[in-house]
Amino acid sequence: MHRKATTALAVAAALGLPHAATAQQAAVQASSPTGENAMNPAVSVILNGIYSNLSQDPTAFRINGFTPTLGEVGPGVRGFSLGESELALAANIDHNFRGTLIASISPEDGIGVEEGTIQTLALSYGFTIKAGRFFSGVGYQNQIHAHAWDFTDAPLANKVFLGNQLGEDGVQLKWVAPASFYWDVGVEAGRGRQFPAAAGPAGPRNKNGVSSGNVFTHVGGDFGTGAAWQTGLSYLSTSPQDRTFEDPTGTTNSFTGQSRLWVLDGILKWAPNYNPTYTNFKLQGEYFRRKEDGDLTSGTTAQTGGFASVQSGWYLQGVYQFVPMWRVGYRYDRLNSGSTSFSAPLNAADFPILAAYNPTRHTVMVDWSPSEFSRVRLQFASDKSRSDVTDKQVFLQYIVSLGAHGAHKF
Amino acid sequence: MKPIIRILSGLSLAIFAAPSIAALNIFACEQEWAALAQELAGDKASVYSATTALQDVHKVEARPSLIARVRSADLLICSGSELEVGWLPLLLTQSGNAKIQLGSAGYFEASQFVPKLEIPKVVDRALGDVHPSGNPHVHLDPRNIARVAEALTERFVQLDPANTDIYKARGNSFRERWRAALSRWEQQAAPLKGVPVVVYHKDMSYFINWSGMREAGSLEPKPGLPPTPAHLAELVERMKREPAKVVVYSAYNSPRAAEFLSERTKIPSVMLPFTVGGTDRAKDLFGLFDDTIGRLLATVK
Repeated sequence: MHRKATTALAVAAALGLPHAATAQQAAVQASSPTGENAMNPAVSVILNGIYSNLSQDPTAFRINGFTPTLGEVGPGVRGFSLGESELALAANIDHNFRGTLIASISPEDGIGVEEGTIQTLALSYGFTIKAGRFFSGVGYQNQIHAHAWDFTDAPLANKVFLGNQLGEDGVQLKWVAPASFYWDVGVEAGRGRQFPAAAGPAGPRNKNGVSSGNVFTHVGGDFGTGAAWQTGLSYLSTSPQDRTFEDPTGTTNSFTGQSRLWVLDGILKWAPNYNPTYTNFKLQGEYFRRKEDGDLTSGTTAQTGGFASVQSGWYLQGVYQFVPMWRVGYRYDRLNSGSTSFSAPLNAADFPILAAYNPTRHTVMVDWSPSEFSRVRLQFASDKSRSDVTDKQVFLQYIVSLGAHGAHKF
Repeated sequence: MKPIIRILSGLSLAIFAAPSIAALNIFACEQEWAALAQELAGDKASVYSATTALQDVHKVEARPSLIARVRSADLLICSGSELEVGWLPLLLTQSGNAKIQLGSAGYFEASQFVPKLEIPKVVDRALGDVHPSGNPHVHLDPRNIARVAEALTERFVQLDPANTDIYKARGNSFRERWRAALSRWEQQAAPLKGVPVVVYHKDMSYFINWSGMREAGSLEPKPGLPPTPAHLAELVERMKREPAKVVVYSAYNSPRAAEFLSERTKIPSVMLPFTVGGTDRAKDLFGLFDDTIGRLLATVK
């Protein structure tokens, strides 16, 4: 600080400026916070609340044609509810690491750790290593925190293939290529603490080593006078053991075998001259394809037989800011239950949830963001996740952030 | 060599070919620092600017192409003081480049080398997007350019000692030319002293402070919030009581709010380049001040 002030004075002298004013201003500058508090991490809090109007009973929610995931993927409760609040702390730990803790405080059952990572700063040659709990780099939307989503809820494909959002305990290694455009390659090794690897409500597999592996790559760049793009491919491989799921009839079945998921994602953002202040447009889409094969045990008959499935799903969404503060968006979701095969002694009729059905959903939203720190959103959806009914959903939601200014991923 | 290997090696050469043979690979967050770095380093540096004069530097996407540029940078030059807080931290953590992390010699925050204005006594988001360590738009005071130039030359020497003589010579030459220009601008800008001005955003404060103009209002109701009809109506009323002599906005702002106020109050409005590249005449830092002063004089006259 002293050296800077001296430099400023020397320059002031060279330029023939009055010394007193400069010295005074420099002194003001030097009075930055001191003491123990000065090293506090950046703290921010996300609050969100929602009013939901659902034409169908949310407690009977299911996505027909697909194995139910273990997490909560339904549209939530009817009427007013407080969403998950987030408390985020982040700071550089030292010259080698950066630490981030994001705790989610659920209105019902206490505090969970959404993300708790250390990340390297000082590795060179484009390498970064992240360890701890983090959202897996599978696909695009999975890595984005829910408060930064463009719609109130996750795409149907994220619900059935990743249980809404896959958070992994493990290690991620990523390398950014020294190229004139963006290109990264990464691998993740994890415990498989959530669907598709996890065993059931009891938790993940009780074994040493790695239960879930993911590899991904992205390329991206700019074109024209305001467009930026990125596309990625990821492959998540897990081997669930006794992964249970409940049929709507109430019986509990379990699956042991291999689960392999491919995700192809793409995002395009456009703003005139890269200035998104007045208008901007964002197009985002992902295609998921999953192959599972192994043994399935029926809770009804207690028999075990071979099971294989090839299923897919995709969504495409566009969000347009047409004037400052106001955005509109549309999303189309489609899942394809594909082919499922059961070998003797299993009988497809014993697994009604897996009966062939292709869920679809149309969603429109409009949101208003009076500042960078607050947003109010109204969303309508016509959800055909259930084979027998259409759920007409209305969500009115606020999302605000307090404290440190967050930076959002592309 | 098998054809496939030949193709692969050709491809990897095309992809990984070093972008330039210059000694320093510089990533500047804003045009003004890119221009300054180019002045001071000449052909010893290859300079990339993350933003153009038509972008609002508060609101920039951490685009993949920017991460790729930071990945191979030797030196990062940004305004600092939380100006780039919405995007720069992501570029830093995603780049996997130790050379340009905070605290390294390759990390250079220009605003650290100048006396800052408008350091808020009270910091609260209800006041808009305030910057706790002061107004970060430091480059529109020409004296600050000279201050940053000194520090930047020192940094070049530290990072690339082999070319010390060249950096020193270029630094001296720039200082002389800038000193001459500064005394010219001081004379030219003399009629601006005391002239009341309505700004769009608080991005002109350092220029106003240097030129002795007086800020009579801003089109934004609070820093960082877009102009609202209610606020503009209030501003029209205020201008009737105490009229300003000019309404200014920057190249990256929409002209609509300024034109609205101008129409209602008959106070002339003028677009200013704000940074290098904002207008045709603002081709470099000298042109930036020539044009800014020239446009103001032409409007106020």
